[in-house]
Amino acid sequence: MRSPSVRSGGKRWRRLAPWIAAAAVLAACSGPGSDQTTPAQAPVEVGKLNTVAVVTHGSPGDAFWNVVKNGAEAAGTQLGVRVEYNSSGDPGQQAKLIDNAVAQGVDGLVVSMANPEALRTSVEKAISAGIPVVTINSGEAESVQFGAIGHVGQSERQAGEAAGKRLAAAGKRKMLCVIHEAGNIGANERCAGATQGFGTAVTLQVDINNPTDVQARIRGALESDPSIDAVLTLNSQIAARAVDAVRESKSKAGIATFDLNDDVVAAIRAGTLLFAIDQQQYEQGYLPVVMLKLYRSNLNSVGGGLPVQTGPAFVDKTNVDVVAGLVAQGTR
Amino acid sequence: MSVATTASEPDTKPAGLRASILQRLIVRPELGAFIGALVVFLFFSIITDKFFSALGVSNWLDDASTLGIMAVAVALLMIGGEFDLSAGVMTASTALVTALLAVNAGWNVWLALAVSLVFALAVGALNGWVVMRTGLPSFIVTLGTFLALQGLNLGVTRWITGTVQVSGIRGAGGYQSAGWVFASTTNIGDAHIQASVVWWIVLTVLAGIVLVRTRFGNWIFAVGGSLPSARAVGVPAARTKILLFMTTAFAGWVVGACNLLRFSSVQANQGVGLEFQYIIAAVIGGCLLTGGFGSVVGAALGALTFGMARQGIVFAGWNSDWFMLFLGVLLLAAVLVNTAFKKRAERVRR
Repeated sequence: MRSPSVRSGGKRWRRLAPWIAAAAVLAACSGPGSDQTTPAQAPVEVGKLNTVAVVTHGSPGDAFWNVVKNGAEAAGTQLGVRVEYNSSGDPGQQAKLIDNAVAQGVDGLVVSMANPEALRTSVEKAISAGIPVVTINSGEAESVQFGAIGHVGQSERQAGEAAGKRLAAAGKRKMLCVIHEAGNIGANERCAGATQGFGTAVTLQVDINNPTDVQARIRGALESDPSIDAVLTLNSQIAARAVDAVRESKSKAGIATFDLNDDVVAAIRAGTLLFAIDQQQYEQGYLPVVMLKLYRSNLNSVGGGLPVQTGPAFVDKTNVDVVAGLVAQGTR
Repeated sequence: MSVATTASEPDTKPAGLRASILQRLIVRPELGAFIGALVVFLFFSIITDKFFSALGVSNWLDDASTLGIMAVAVALLMIGGEFDLSAGVMTASTALVTALLAVNAGWNVWLALAVSLVFALAVGALNGWVVMRTGLPSFIVTLGTFLALQGLNLGVTRWITGTVQVSGIRGAGGYQSAGWVFASTTNIGDAHIQASVVWWIVLTVLAGIVLVRTRFGNWIFAVGGSLPSARAVGVPAARTKILLFMTTAFAGWVVGACNLLRFSSVQANQGVGLEFQYIIAAVIGGCLLTGGFGSVVGAALGALTFGMARQGIVFAGWNSDWFMLFLGVLLLAAVLVNTAFKKRAERVRR
């Protein structure tokens, strides 16, 4: 649709537009590379912690991140701190959520850094605005470098290696590592670590949003290569599908998984799942709020900047009964 | 309202038919989008104190900008009667091509950008050519491109780098100057305006001028309104549509470059699912799903509404569990306002 009303004065605009555009572009002055230096740490002041923003890379509705959220909210309730949780799997969007928290003027920030490079500028901006940052879950290596006061998480590679070693110790010879999120760096790290600790491994790509596909693909992989005697899944929802797939394919493969849920607990009890690596992500929600509170009110730091490891903890037949109730209430 | 007629409409109308200013305003497709944006803006400005602060404004402008760049191009394509489902993934594909060439092959960033631009335009041209050649709906053709690119993104990235992210472009030659063009920040007081916002405004103005002031703009309305009639009056339909597909691919390249140089890393799964947001923004902006009607400024306003709603919800501190619901209701409301005005506009015309 073209309205004739645009005609009047349109000529002038047409002539001016490129110049306006050029002026606008020229006005941009500071390049993204110019903020390479370590951020200026704002002078520490003893004060109150009223609001904490938690910005993670988890997708909404993910069982794993729900436990993190529960941890952060529980700490918030107990310490009288308002906790705002937001997440986006897209690194650019996550960076904008961090900028948003800075604009709101929160007193503390908790960030999971699955893609540290993408978040660098935003995290440093928060720190130079005087907001203390604690990183969680991923980004251990970059945490201190960016100026965070601490990191709470599990080294994915180490946890993967521990899982691989444990499967090898159980007498397994060939492992299938199931990657459920194609672009997820943490999942890749886990598989890489597990392969390192185990020896021979093949990886399999599945789509976590399509459970039928997950089960069919794992079954297919087991049927086409009978020498596979171990399956490692990186997510509790995938573990349940792997248990079914192993049963259907009449494979003798032993299964291990990262992360817990009710199905995993039941499978460990039933003996169809060897063990689960628990990174106790409740702590990744809970501890940062405590750390920020201590930092704000008492200028304490935890671990002197060294990462606080929340895992790997192992859940197997020996301790599954104690943990089961905690999984059901959403804290393990 | 049919645009096939607009293309051949004479420039001057008899004075008796000329509508009042109010009526002329109401028939603008972007008016609904403007009101929707205004409502969302006022709403969040009132219920939160930081939304309308310098930092707040730069935050939601930033969010709206990359979406807006794409929405503007997608709006042109939709007015031309086609869809591009590969537009979201294209932002990642172009960034990956640039990043792999610059980081892994050690090229100068500008050269890598040039190659990825050629790549983008080629994919766009292929989309358009297949659609015009086969007569298949663009929905299907670009769905194929979408899936193919998604697979290429992951496969090639993993094959070359062994992981799913490419980072380290800060160290590549030409990063400073390229970063200045695509990812610099302008500080106006407390507001940090991203380069993508500037790109967004410039491209909106350019696309707006092309659409309403040029012959090519007429062709876009014509091929979207009625392809046979457009052909009958001598509009080069195939060329127009192929160029439109190349335009969305170009926009994908711009957004890819902005994201890559700003975040200095790109993930293989980036951009998936964003194509629908572009279409939503264009629809809020007054574009019809059937083609032949719409506005570039409207699409930019649609993107603005989207960005304001998305960040406003966070500013308001609402529980993120309900986030998508809020977003859905807000967008639906914006579209309803829009449609109400469009209906009214059609009544006025008759």
